[in-house]
Amino acid sequence: MRALIRVVIATAVLLVIYGLQFGVEAGFTQYVQRIILLAGINVILAVGLNLINGTTGQFSIGHAGFMAVGAYAAAFIGVQLAGPVHGTLGPGPLADAIIFNLALLAGALFAGISGLIVGMPSLRLRGDYLAVVTLGFGEIIRILFNNATFLGSATGYFGDSPSGLPEYTNFFWVFAWVTVIVLLIHNLTFSQTGRSLTAIREDEIAAEAMATPSTRLKVTAFAISAASAGIAGGLFAHMQSGVRPEDFRFEKSIDMIVMIIVGGLGSISGAILGGIFVAVSLELMRDLQQYRLVLYALLLIVIMIVRPQGLLGTRELHHLLRRKKAEKPPAPSEST
Amino acid sequence: MSLLELRAVDKIFGGLHAVRGVSFAVEKGAIFGLIGPNGAGKTTLFNVITGVYTPEHGQILFQGKNIAGLKPALIAERGVARTFQNIRIFRTMTVVENVMVAGHHLHKASIPAAMLRTRGYERDEQALRKRAHELLEVLGLAELADEVAGSLPYGSQRRLEIARGLMLSPQLLLLDEPAAGMNSQEARTLNDQIRFLRDQLGLTVILVEHNMAVVMNVCETIHVVDHGETIAQGTPAEIKVHPKVLAAYLGEEPAETEASA
Amino acid sequence: MTQLLQQIINGLSLGSIYALIALGYTMVYGILKLINFAHGEVFMVGAYTGFYAASALGVAGFEANNQSFPLYLAVLVLVLAMAAAALLGMAIEFLAYRPVRSAPRLTPLITAIGVSLFLQNAGMLLFSPNPQRYPAILSEVRFELFGVIVTNIKLTIFVVALCLMLGLHLFVQKTWTGRAMRALSFNIDAAKLMGIDTNRVIRSTFAIGSALAAAGGILFGLDQITINPLMGVLTGLKAFVAAVLGGIGSIPGAVIGGLLIGLAEQLTAGYLSPEYRDAITFVILILILLLKPEGLLGVVRVEKV
Repeated sequence: MRALIRVVIATAVLLVIYGLQFGVEAGFTQYVQRIILLAGINVILAVGLNLINGTTGQFSIGHAGFMAVGAYAAAFIGVQLAGPVHGTLGPGPLADAIIFNLALLAGALFAGISGLIVGMPSLRLRGDYLAVVTLGFGEIIRILFNNATFLGSATGYFGDSPSGLPEYTNFFWVFAWVTVIVLLIHNLTFSQTGRSLTAIREDEIAAEAMATPSTRLKVTAFAISAASAGIAGGLFAHMQSGVRPEDFRFEKSIDMIVMIIVGGLGSISGAILGGIFVAVSLELMRDLQQYRLVLYALLLIVIMIVRPQGLLGTRELHHLLRRKKAEKPPAPSEST
Repeated sequence: MSLLELRAVDKIFGGLHAVRGVSFAVEKGAIFGLIGPNGAGKTTLFNVITGVYTPEHGQILFQGKNIAGLKPALIAERGVARTFQNIRIFRTMTVVENVMVAGHHLHKASIPAAMLRTRGYERDEQALRKRAHELLEVLGLAELADEVAGSLPYGSQRRLEIARGLMLSPQLLLLDEPAAGMNSQEARTLNDQIRFLRDQLGLTVILVEHNMAVVMNVCETIHVVDHGETIAQGTPAEIKVHPKVLAAYLGEEPAETEASA
Repeated sequence: MTQLLQQIINGLSLGSIYALIALGYTMVYGILKLINFAHGEVFMVGAYTGFYAASALGVAGFEANNQSFPLYLAVLVLVLAMAAAALLGMAIEFLAYRPVRSAPRLTPLITAIGVSLFLQNAGMLLFSPNPQRYPAILSEVRFELFGVIVTNIKLTIFVVALCLMLGLHLFVQKTWTGRAMRALSFNIDAAKLMGIDTNRVIRSTFAIGSALAAAGGILFGLDQITINPLMGVLTGLKAFVAAVLGGIGSIPGAVIGGLLIGLAEQLTAGYLSPEYRDAITFVILILILLLKPEGLLGVVRVEKV
């Protein structure tokens, strides 16, 4: 019964997103549509990064590397699958949907595995050292892709067709994945695992004294957030005609950090807001790249000094609403 | 077989020999006191027993098996719970969440199950929450269950730390200065609570404590260390008049330990 | 053999520059336990100050007439750059780091990243994003020694770096501020209780570290010929790795680390492939943090529970 209800709700949600897609494609210009898609991709990046940086308190600043792994893996696997799938099912949206989602899952898998490889040695290190090591790994990944001839090196990977990678990414897929990832990570955050991760953030020594397998959990959270970045990477790759190493420079990692800091480190709703903010500001200031980065820099500094918890701190929007209701005078049964 | 036995444990930090050849045994069901002047190595011993530090030499036998050098999470799983000298509760989490964190053995659901909120996951979660509330009742914290832990008064925070430790269903409970900051009324209540933990919950308790009103009244055996070495072990009556102990606690009036009820 | 010697000479001179920058990282980390991400940008600003100072003092004129820039003016350029960097370092400390000094460790880290980002992009806006040719503050003179080409610039780098490092050593050992710096790096709270004006000492630490980085900036410009506003990013990171390699918090460590990174980079470029000259530093970083995080000369710190 329960499973049935869930399937019904899921179908309904997907139908709503599908319906919204028509509205968006009809009502907005290409330019605005692109911003909306980027916002969705950013939300996936931000919510994923927030799991490790925010909830678990392990600060990683090289996540662009995982996005790159996901992007390249999805692009490559997508190209390999196109032939066989189209051969069996013929061309058309069903075949494309299957190829695309398998490619995305491949991207998530490869990114997740790289997350494990990077995370296992690194997560033994303390705060600032961890940050620098993740930065190092992020750069190494990018340098590797920059020199990988079978993936196009610095020029980039464009698949095997002259027009580049197929543009599978559209409103529906982006927001279907946004819904899935936000839901899964939300459920994880508000579960025993999420409590354990928060405990690790609060006081790792006390958490371990309470039998929390902290290294295992940290690495797992890291891998999940990397996989999430991988999905975002795959979606991003299929919005452009190709995947270029320069899309995944340190600046991208900085963008991701700004997303979660502005919204509030540790808050999923905050990450969503932050993701949208970065996408919008990126496009609005597209011609003023240097100014955008100066703005981000000042934002980081000022937020840290004036309001380090960002917009929402570790709280969620729905908690704030609940608190508003709770601020009523105490019931008469409470004695003074 | 003693529940916990230390054999010639050494802990060295660079130039500092913090614990030198300390040995003692704690029987099941005992309330065991570990005292000594400041810097004597008591908390270091707790840290060594719970796996935060690895001893350079010696063995730590818990239920007959050597746990020296094992990771803290593993030792906790085996049944050793502790509180900390400087309270280490999870300040931004609620009181009940603090206790639930320690409930790993009650919550078998995997990460995918948590993400998908399966029925099995929900069941485990309910059971965990129920048990956590039970423990809060025992420690008198039930009304504060949804309060943010960091906002609790000091005494409640200490009791929360104990409730959290109890969630591990431990055999051995290590209390690090539980009476710190308490007045004599609160200390008397603490004595009752410690006896309750042993009598009703079957726990073995080791206590590091400076408050002699608590130590002398509730502990059955007391082990005294100074500068990392054992200087005496015995009943409260024996320790009260032991010359080495008095010498180590220079400035402590022996008469003070008589004045408590 | 001469090829090897050549690479070693080049590596050591590059390494001396890294060492000068690494000193700044290590001194600040030793006291504040903060990675001053913006230090690479201070190095960049130092280089640019030298650029503008030399231009203002007419270096173009000397170049056009095939004369060498007078030594006293070269020294003046160096001093100006070091002073400007010192001021910048102190300003950064006061405006960005001091307000968050007591915050949990993550906050200053993010602030530092923010300052670094700010300076990079402000630099792009102010100095033009295009690479600039560095003025001939020193005219290059080459000579051959046992088949190895050595330039006076390389020699100058060694000499200047050595003098500055010796100066720092004497400062830290003999002067009151230097001793205070060492005290703070052991236990900042105890130092405060001893009545030491920690703010002043921290300010001095930033000033000195920045001045050294600026000197490194000018030497770098002379050696590499071109500068650009993002030069601090990669070089700063390499210098940081050097500080970690030597043992963060250790001044001799920073020097040794710098020289080793310079050598590693040059030998990799020469014998493996120029593509990987940057990657080798990251590999070293990862290896050192995984195998011996306290670095070569560092001390293992045990956290009190």
